[in-house]
Order: sequence, then structure tokens, then C-alpha cells
Amino acid sequence: MSDLAVHEHEANPTGFAHQFEDLEQQHDAGRLGMWIFLATEILFFGGMFTSYTIYRSLHPAAFDIGSHLLEVKFGATNTAVLICSSLTMALSIHSAQTGKRKGTIIGWLIFTMLLGATFLFLKFRFEWYHDWLEHIMPGFGFVYRPEWGANGPQVQMFMCFYFFLTGLHALHMIVGLGILTVLVIMAARGRFTTQYYVPLEISGLYWHFVDIVWIFLFPLLYLIGGRYSTGGH
Amino acid sequence: MMGLTQPVIHGTAAVWAAFQLHPPTASSIADNVDKLYYFLTGITLFFTILIFSIIFVFMIKYRRRSEDEIPEGTHTSMALELTWTIIPSLICVVIFIWASALYVRNARPPAASTEMFVVGKQWMWHIQHPEGPREIDELHVPVNVPIKMTMTSQDVIHDFYIPAFRVKKDVLPGRYTSLWFEANKIGTYHLFCAQYCGTNHSQMIGWVYVMSDADYAAWLAGGEKAESMAQQGERLFSQFGCNTCHTGDATGTGPSLAGLYGKPEKLQNGQTRVVDETFIRDAILAPSTVHVPGYAAGMPTFAGQVNEDQVLQLIAYVKSLGAQERTNAK
Amino acid sequence: MSTATADIHEVPAESRVHYLNARYGIKSWLLTLDHKRIGLLYLGTITFMFLIGGIAATLMRLNLIEPQGALVEPETYNKLFSTHGIVMVFFFLVPSIPATLGNFLIPLMIGARDVAFPKLNLMSWYIFVTGCCCMLYAVMTGGVDTGWTFYTPYSSTYAHTSVLLAALGIFIAGFSSILTGLNFIVTIHKMRAPGMTWFRLPLFIWSMYATSMIFVLGTPVIAVTLLLLGLERILHVGIFDPALGGDPLLFQHLFWFYSHPAVYIMILPGMGVVSELIPAFSRKRIFGYSFVAFSSLAIAVISFVVWGHHMFVTGQSVYAGLVFSVLSFLVAIPSAIKVFNWTATLYKGSISYQAPMLYALGFIGLFTMGGLTGLFLASLATDVHLNGTYFIVAHFHYIMVGGAVMAYLGGIHYWWPKITGRLYPDLWARFSALVIFVGFNLTFFPQFVLGYLGMPRRYAMYPAEFQSLNVLSSAGASVLAVGYVIPLVYLIWSLKYGPPAGPNPWKAKGLEWTIQSPPPTENFEETPIVTEEAYNYPTVGGVSV
Repeated sequence: MSDLAVHEHEANPTGFAHQFEDLEQQHDAGRLGMWIFLATEILFFGGMFTSYTIYRSLHPAAFDIGSHLLEVKFGATNTAVLICSSLTMALSIHSAQTGKRKGTIIGWLIFTMLLGATFLFLKFRFEWYHDWLEHIMPGFGFVYRPEWGANGPQVQMFMCFYFFLTGLHALHMIVGLGILTVLVIMAARGRFTTQYYVPLEISGLYWHFVDIVWIFLFPLLYLIGGRYSTGGH
Repeated sequence: MMGLTQPVIHGTAAVWAAFQLHPPTASSIADNVDKLYYFLTGITLFFTILIFSIIFVFMIKYRRRSEDEIPEGTHTSMALELTWTIIPSLICVVIFIWASALYVRNARPPAASTEMFVVGKQWMWHIQHPEGPREIDELHVPVNVPIKMTMTSQDVIHDFYIPAFRVKKDVLPGRYTSLWFEANKIGTYHLFCAQYCGTNHSQMIGWVYVMSDADYAAWLAGGEKAESMAQQGERLFSQFGCNTCHTGDATGTGPSLAGLYGKPEKLQNGQTRVVDETFIRDAILAPSTVHVPGYAAGMPTFAGQVNEDQVLQLIAYVKSLGAQERTNAK
Repeated sequence: MSTATADIHEVPAESRVHYLNARYGIKSWLLTLDHKRIGLLYLGTITFMFLIGGIAATLMRLNLIEPQGALVEPETYNKLFSTHGIVMVFFFLVPSIPATLGNFLIPLMIGARDVAFPKLNLMSWYIFVTGCCCMLYAVMTGGVDTGWTFYTPYSSTYAHTSVLLAALGIFIAGFSSILTGLNFIVTIHKMRAPGMTWFRLPLFIWSMYATSMIFVLGTPVIAVTLLLLGLERILHVGIFDPALGGDPLLFQHLFWFYSHPAVYIMILPGMGVVSELIPAFSRKRIFGYSFVAFSSLAIAVISFVVWGHHMFVTGQSVYAGLVFSVLSFLVAIPSAIKVFNWTATLYKGSISYQAPMLYALGFIGLFTMGGLTGLFLASLATDVHLNGTYFIVAHFHYIMVGGAVMAYLGGIHYWWPKITGRLYPDLWARFSALVIFVGFNLTFFPQFVLGYLGMPRRYAMYPAEFQSLNVLSSAGASVLAVGYVIPLVYLIWSLKYGPPAGPNPWKAKGLEWTIQSPPPTENFEETPIVTEEAYNYPTVGGVSV
């Protein structure tokens, strides 16, 4: 009896799990689970944003100097790249919902992954690597520059937050790429139908969340310090 | 030094002889705090006994007499629910108002307080009197004089705690905190560190000696002839070359410090800060953060060159300048 | 509770398949997806951690018999109290009731076959065990001496012990909390049996729901705080170190933002257990069901805005102190409501004094004292004197040990027949409840006096005049230790020799009592349909509302 149930479960193409009454209930549970996970994530990043805000108000001058060490052009490009990736993610869900060929779903997913990879490449190769070369990576030969005056430690603190925040964000991106890989495999096996696309949907929620975090990070890290204000420096 | 000034107690009988339920009360606020404490104890006892006796009575009265007994039904009563929501709330309001009023009153030192200075470091208390004497793990104070302790730490967070005075305040690195008390009973009392600070935390303790005015004056005079804190600060002021820029007149590249203490200053970064102990400390250790417009931004930091005791002496010196020339500065 | 409430006939456990004998072998346990088995995995793990924490506590109390320290050097003593605090808080109390009883009971109580995400559930246990291993490794490689609070800059710059490993252990175990909380919330929302409306839920479920909210919203903050601490310690950059522009108080704010709600993670499940025990042994519907249910939610919400009362003497502004003080009083009200409702439930009941009930009544008494002494610490003026002294230690042990651990043991005793299908010797169980109650009060009541006298906590040595009270406390601790060992012995004994329990030995209401003990793997042969309120015990002359 129970063996049969196990067999049925493994052979079940819809991925229906035994503890649920029906697929509808299972899908609802999946969606709710992801929303609660995102609530956790908000508090996770919230703790860091709070710390950042407090220190920025304590050391405004040093944080301005720190912000000017970052390259806005890469930050801006990456913002655009991520927004596009959210669009392609949404399109992949849309194509599953409307019953497009699995090639279409896979196409949008891979496009999303490429955009995500582009983001990481720009971030690591042209930002982090250069920061390391210029000795402004805390803990890895950070050197105070004379023009910072006594602000050195606080500039280092800004850079610390920069690497911590963008590093954790990048970690979330990498996890996201892993999830997308699984989705591509599932799509290739023809698992998604107009009835069943919950994995796509909740992965999409995650991906959009990671994008939104960046939307907050970009101005907080790159655009402060009166860089573009009319009466600024 | 290690709490051994009092005789060590041996034997069971002696242990029980030292049994006490009440700490000594030796400051002007201690009795008021105790009154609130006893009120709270009363509330606690009342409700604990109330709940325990109700449970006890119900336990006996409604014990199960047979296995298939069916109890009488009761209805949830809104009136009852509201009663035991509102009455505790009202009690809480009373306690809150009482405790907060007392706290606010105790938080503000009287204007005429004598200032003393504390530097906590692992694992000892450095105390400086304005007249100059310095002591370690001991604090001599005159009776019936309000005293404000300005405190900082050289390393980790400590906590300055005198149970007999019912006062306690964390001592933090990098900033000043303060507390005040007015001892009103001559005697010797414990001084504890009440914030865990590492290996010998439990030995970061000392004694507070509350003395009559005459005894205190004799104690001040009795030690090695020391300069006052302001004088020590003045010596440091020239030793570190502060006076080459802060000449006190228009020829200096740095602003004159006379009459500065207590004055609001508008800073380069747009903030306005009152010149207090923390401001002067920042000016010595992180000058760029309190840069005043109109002067060159070239003041070097003295972080690492002066210790916390010396910073306090320099502050005492700057404050003494203010006291002398406050009228001129206006 | 369900339509099938008619007494179900006992089938000897040996002659049928249930979750314990469905499969055998170590693999069947390590790879199980059954919430009941996972609950037992947690039970074993946290019992082990409790022993570690208990040994540390025993050594501490032994050392404090002599003012100069009877046993160990201050350095070792500091490691003992840190180990005791970290292990007991993060590796015993936080997971205690939710991960064991919660895992076992939530699906049974709401009429589900399992939690919503069984694989995630098993993963949570592995994560938790990884965290435990990290912590144990830290203890074995030199220990940690920061206290469970990890205050900076001591922990980030000055301590020379295994701070990072211990913090990593807590960080990892935190993910187990988050995933457990997530699983419970989804399970309670989506897996309830037909007819099991929100206001028919047993109050244990309400308290688990409130606890899970704190798991999900509080734990990530401690995670990020510990990451920042680790960053500062590894890279020597300034985040909390004032020498580098950091603010050591920010750490305390972030730490208590989690750790105060964490106190309610420990006590809310206990309140849930007691809300089950009192009706079951009084044979009455709980008094003021909705008040008890909503007070759980109120506690969970308010618990997030009272953290500042841990920082009244840090030099935070007077106004911040006033706000946090008034909020702290506010959180006392829902707790008071619960105590009064439990007491009122006894009125006109049919009360029996089996062991779980003794634990529950002990809980009410000790929790009442713990809660009321909290008023001393919410009051600004008295907190100044009592903060950082043994008064604090006594207060939170009344809540966490007198409250949470009493409730945990009460719950274990109440559901033990369901979990194992066996009865334990009730006389021994009552005896142990009594020993624990007496031992507990003897240990911790003197500490209230010690705190008022001014003895600071975390002291390896102390002035001689505090000795008598310390000796009393240590004597109590030895009674308490005996009290904890007794249940360990007879509960293990009952596994083999205990008489069969039958489906419902207490004649209690609730879906979990409508099925065989131990329950079958799938819990319910067919999904139950719920048509009644919770705790719908028959009464004479009037309906329970």
C-alpha cells in the first residue's frame, strides 16, 4: 500500500506531494512560503540598511568621500541590466501561463541568467577587482589616502558596508542563478504547463526581490554626497 | 583592591551572621528608590499570593471526585476580562509615572555639583579629582556634596555601580557618560563594575569612602602635593604644542579656546554643536569632524598620543579657560 | 472534536503499523520526512544540549559556594557562564517546545498529514545540528567568554576565545529557526482540516503561530548582527569599535531587537502548552479563549518594540528610556490576561492532579513571579539599581526556567503517551514536579535578594557578605539538578516497561487524541472534519462558550 503510494508520488509528473489535499493547496502553500521567506529577507537587509543609515548620519563627510570612490557608470549599467532581467523573468512566467512552447520559456530563462551573469561580471571584474587594486577593499590591504584627512577609518567603514551589502546581494544573485538553472532543467523536461508553473512564479518573486534590493542599494551607495545636486561640490 | 579590605569571613556561623536583606542606603536618592522598590515588592507579593491562593482554593474545592464527573459550565465574561485588563493597566500607569518621575529627577545633576572624572580600563577604575589627586579603585568623596562623575573607558564597556547610592551607568569607550550622587552617610561602600568586561571583571571593584568635609579636606591635602587637573592640562597643552596654534589671540592659526566651553559652534559640515566634553574630545582625537569654518583644516589628530586621563585633563584646562573669560567672550 | 469523536478502540501498538515501527534502522530516522520523527530527532538533540548547558550551570553554582571561587579560575568561570547562556538560550530554549512538540503536534492538532514542507523540515534539523556542532567545537577548542550577549567591543576586539565559532553556530542555528517558523506559518494557514476555523484552533497552535512570526521576523536581524561582528573581528574594520568610528551601542540595539523577542520565543510556546494542559485536567473549555489567543499575538507584536529596556543605563536619552519603559509595561498586560484566564478556567472545573497538571500549575505560579518582577526592571528608577545584578538573573530564570522549562516538561509529560504509546509512573512524575518546583525556588529566589543587595552578575568572585545567599542558591541548584534527572530516568524506563497508554489516557479533547498512540505515519486514515469548538468538554447546566 504505502510502497504503491511512494511509487505514485515519484511517477507523479505534476510534483504533487502527499501531505496536501490537492494541487491548489500545494501551490498556495508554496506561494505563501516564498512571501514569508521574503519577509525574512527584508528584515535581514533591513538590519544592514539601519546600520548603514545610522553611520551615514554620524559620519556624513566620510560617507560622501566613500561614495565618490565608486563608479556610477557601472552601478547605473547594472541597475539597467537588473531591471531588464526582471522583465525577462516575468516574460518566462508569462509564457508558461499562456502555454507557449517550452523553448520560449527556456529562452527567457536563459536570457535572465545571462543578464544576471552580466551583472555579476561587471560587479566583480570592473568594480571589486579595481577596488582591490586601488587598496580600498577593507581587510585586504586597505590604505588611507592623505586627502581623506582624519576621515580614513570612517571611509573604510563606508567601503566595508559597500562590500558587505553588495556582497550579500551578489550572493543572493548567485543563489538566484542556481534556482534559474533548476528551472531551465525542469522546463526542458516539460514540467511546466498552463496549470502548473508555481516554481517559476515563486522563483520570480525571489528574483524580483533581489532586484528591488539593488534598487535601494544603488542610490544609497553610489548617488549620495551631493554628486548631482545643483549646489553641490 | 580586591575587596579584601574587609575581613574575610570564615565558618558557617559567621556566614549567617553576615546575612542581610537590605543594602546600605547612603545617598540622597536611595530612600526614594527604595520606596518605589518596596511598593513594587508589595504589588508582587499581593498578586503572587492572590494567584497562589486562588489556585490553591480551586485545587481543593474543585478536585475531581470521580472519574466520570462532569463539571458545571461557566461563561466567559466580558466584564471580568475587562476588569483584569484595566486594573493591571492602571497599576502599570501608576508605577510608570512614579518610576519615570523619579528617574527624570535623578538624571539631572544639580548645577552646583563638584565634578570628578573616571576612566575605566581592564580591570581598574582611574579616578581624578579636579584638585589634582588621582586614585585607583578608590573614591573619596565629601558627605552632603552633590558630585557629578564624568566617565569614559579606555577599552571595552564597563559600568560604574555604587549599590549603596543606587546609581549605575555604563562607561563607554569613545564617549562620555555621567552620573551624579550626593552621599549622605559617612562610611565605606562597594564600588562595582556591573558590565561584563573580560577575565577579571569580578575584580574590577573598589571602595567608596564618604568623609566629613574636614576629613575630605585633610585627605586632599594629605596626598603628594599635586597640581589641579586644569594645571596638569595646561602643562600638556604646551607639552603637545597646542599653544603654538591656539595662541589665544588673533595671531594663532587655530581658534582661541577662551570662553569656548558651553558655546554653540557652527561647523564646516553645517551642523551646530555645543562645545561640551565630547566636543573637545573629538577636537583632540578627530579634529576634522569638528572643523570650524574660517580656520585652516590642518590640525593633526592626537589619537594614540594622549590617553583618556590626559584628554580629561586637557578638557579640564579648556573648561577653566571658559570659566575665567566667559564674561569677555560674550 | 471531529465527527469521529466517539471513543476509538485501542489497538495494541505491537500489532499495528505506526510511525515508530513503520521502518527501522538508522537511515529510516536520518532520512525521515515524517514530522513526528523529526520532532523526536530534535528532542534527542536538545536534550543533549540541555545536559551540556546544565553541566556548565552546575560548575558555576559549585564555584560560587566560596567568595573567592571554590573551583575554577575567573577565566574558566567566564567561559562556563557564556557556554551556559549560549547553549541554553540558542540551542535549548529557542527550539525547545516549537521544534519538538510543535513539530510533533501541529499537523496532528489541525488534522493534517504533515507540515507543508517536510523536506525543509528535515533540512532545518540538519542545519540545527550543524549549528550545535559549531558551538560544541567552540567549547572544546578553548570555549567562549563573551557571555551570551556578545557585547562589543569586547567580543569584536578584546576577547581571545572562540567567539567566531560560537557566533557561527548561532548564525547557522538561526536558519533552522527561520525555516521552522516559515514551515509552521504556512502549515497553520494552509493545511487545516475542513471545519478547523481559526477560532476552533487549539491555543497551542495560536501560540506556535505567534512564535513563528518572531522566528521569521526577528532571527534575520541577529544573523546580520553576528555577520557584522564577524566581519569586524576577521577584517579588523570599524563597525562597532569606537576607535574606528563605530558605535558599540548599535550592536546592543541590533542584538536586543532580536533577543528581546527571543524571550517571547521561549515563553509563548510555554503559554500555549499550559493553555492545553489546564482545560484538559480541569475538563473544561478554557476561559476567555479569544482573549488568550489574541494576547499571544499582542505579545508577539509588542515584543518587537521593547528592546530598549535592556539599555536604560547605557546612557541612551531620557526620552528613549521613557518610551521603552511605557512599552515594556504594555507587554505585561497580555501576560496578565493569560494568567487570570488560566486561573479562571479552574473555577468549577473537575481538576485532577496528574503530573502534567502539576507542571502547569507550577508554571502559572513561577511565571507570575517572573512577570511581576519584570515590573521592577521596566520601571526606570529601580532598573538603574537592579540592571546588571543578580536580580536580572533571577527574573529571567523565573521566566525561562520557571516558565518555559516547566511548560516544556509539562508538555512532554502530557503528550508522552501519544508520542511513545506508553505511560510513565505518575507518582514519580508528580514527585519530580515537586522537587523541581522546590529546587527552582530555592535556587533563584535568593538571587532576587542578592541583586537588590547589589551583587553584579557574571562575577567569578564576590564580597564575603553575599556568601550565605549564594550557598542557599547553590544548595537549591543541587535539588533542581536531581529534579531534572528523575524524569530522564523514568521516561527512558517507560519506553520499554511503561504500560500501553491507549489513544486518550487523559480523556482529553483535541484531534491528536482521536487517533491511536503512537499515531500512524499518515496521522489520520481519512481527513477529519471538525464540527466543534476546541476544548468542548461536556458540562452540566450550561454551555461552554
